[in-house]
Amino acid sequence: MKESKVTVKIPRPLYRKIQLVIESSGFNSPTDFIVFVLRDLVGEWDRSQKAGQGDEVFSADEIRAVKEKLRNLGYL
Amino acid sequence: MIPAHGGRLIDRVVRGEEREALLSRISGLQKLQLNEREASDLELIATGGFSPIEGFMTKKDYEGVRDRMRLANDLPWSLPVTLAVKHGDETKYEPGSELALVDVDGKVIGVLELEDVYQVDHQDEAQKVLRTTDEAHPGVDYLESITNTYLGGRVSMVERRAHTQFNDYRLDPKESRVLFKQKGWKRIVAFQTRNPIHRAHEYIQKCALEMVDGLLIHPLMGKTKGDDIPEGIRFDCYNALISKYFPKDRVSMSIFPAAMRYAGPREAIFHALVRKNYGCTHFIVGRDHAGVGNYYGTYDAQLIFDEFEPGEIGITPMMFEHAFFDLKSGAMGTDKTCPPAEEKGQRVFLSGTKVREMLSNGEAPPAEFTRPEIAEILIKSMQPKS
Repeated sequence: MKESKVTVKIPRPLYRKIQLVIESSGFNSPTDFIVFVLRDLVGEWDRSQKAGQGDEVFSADEIRAVKEKLRNLGYL
Repeated sequence: MIPAHGGRLIDRVVRGEEREALLSRISGLQKLQLNEREASDLELIATGGFSPIEGFMTKKDYEGVRDRMRLANDLPWSLPVTLAVKHGDETKYEPGSELALVDVDGKVIGVLELEDVYQVDHQDEAQKVLRTTDEAHPGVDYLESITNTYLGGRVSMVERRAHTQFNDYRLDPKESRVLFKQKGWKRIVAFQTRNPIHRAHEYIQKCALEMVDGLLIHPLMGKTKGDDIPEGIRFDCYNALISKYFPKDRVSMSIFPAAMRYAGPREAIFHALVRKNYGCTHFIVGRDHAGVGNYYGTYDAQLIFDEFEPGEIGITPMMFEHAFFDLKSGAMGTDKTCPPAEEKGQRVFLSGTKVREMLSNGEAPPAEFTRPEIAEILIKSMQPKS
């Protein structure tokens, strides 16, 4: 089942600008354009969250070495 | 965990087969010796401290940063990260080649994929970045010491430059991120310092810590000007303070290997962005952050954050006014939290010059200004060596 939609308010001047932007662009409406842009941004955020986790870029051996280093400092 | 600036933590440290392949080519490459600042920049680029930067800046990035505090891709970045050709070598290098980067001892530490060779105007850079062209400013003095031919391109680090001190305390951004995750800290405030921590600094650190999960004391231990307190003495001061006056499970210290630029406001933005890459969510900006002499207004380094949308910087600045011990209320505070000063001396604050004078005379500053343990270390360091 499709989830219901919600209403988001945006400033009217921005809405008018988007109407101009999408002229002859293939987007049927400002709503279509806004959903497209937001999905793109949210996807980017998802990717950056994964990339920014820090320790997944270490191998298991490296993680052990880092933890050992931190323990020797008394930090863990 | 907070994403790195630009969304991805850069890793330009080459390992394994890739490193072996690079090393096998190095002997045939032209060599370029890095000065101390450039060598520390290489380390910070390679380990992700300067994410999203992957190399020394090309002309497009350099001009964007110099003129608009933005990289060519429009991401905020406030200080040029540049590599200058050495005197006499201005016409030696061609874009498209690879250069072996060597440290001051001649050891190969990295490779530059040379993309861009360009000329700059140091007066223009100094005025826009440092807000002065006065040669007495250490940043201007540095620019005067290098050529105005810069090389841009991506770098790879094959060997870390030699560090002789505090090696256990050197945590790369990936490592500090592991630390924060292991500690379960979600909100971490970073404190940048190149000086001993006096009561005023301790106060703002503790105010900040009240609002987050953990504090990272992150002393800058790269190149500083000659009359700053030597790093070994500062290190002893930090350890003495942390061990006696902070809860160990809420505070960590690690070394920030960057060179000091003394660029005041622009360096505050730079310091904040870099600490985001280390995994910190908050950053303390006090009075005259990264300042020197009288080149910057007391709160210029705080006001500059207003030039960006908060989401663009990503790390939250925590602004603090000038702090002092107020004898009337018997507490540390600032103008915001203390009653007005009615008598001279009600607010215990000493100038840097006065503190240096007292310490060199073997006299401890008041305990309201400096913890006795810190004063003892500083006094000892200033006594003539027998």
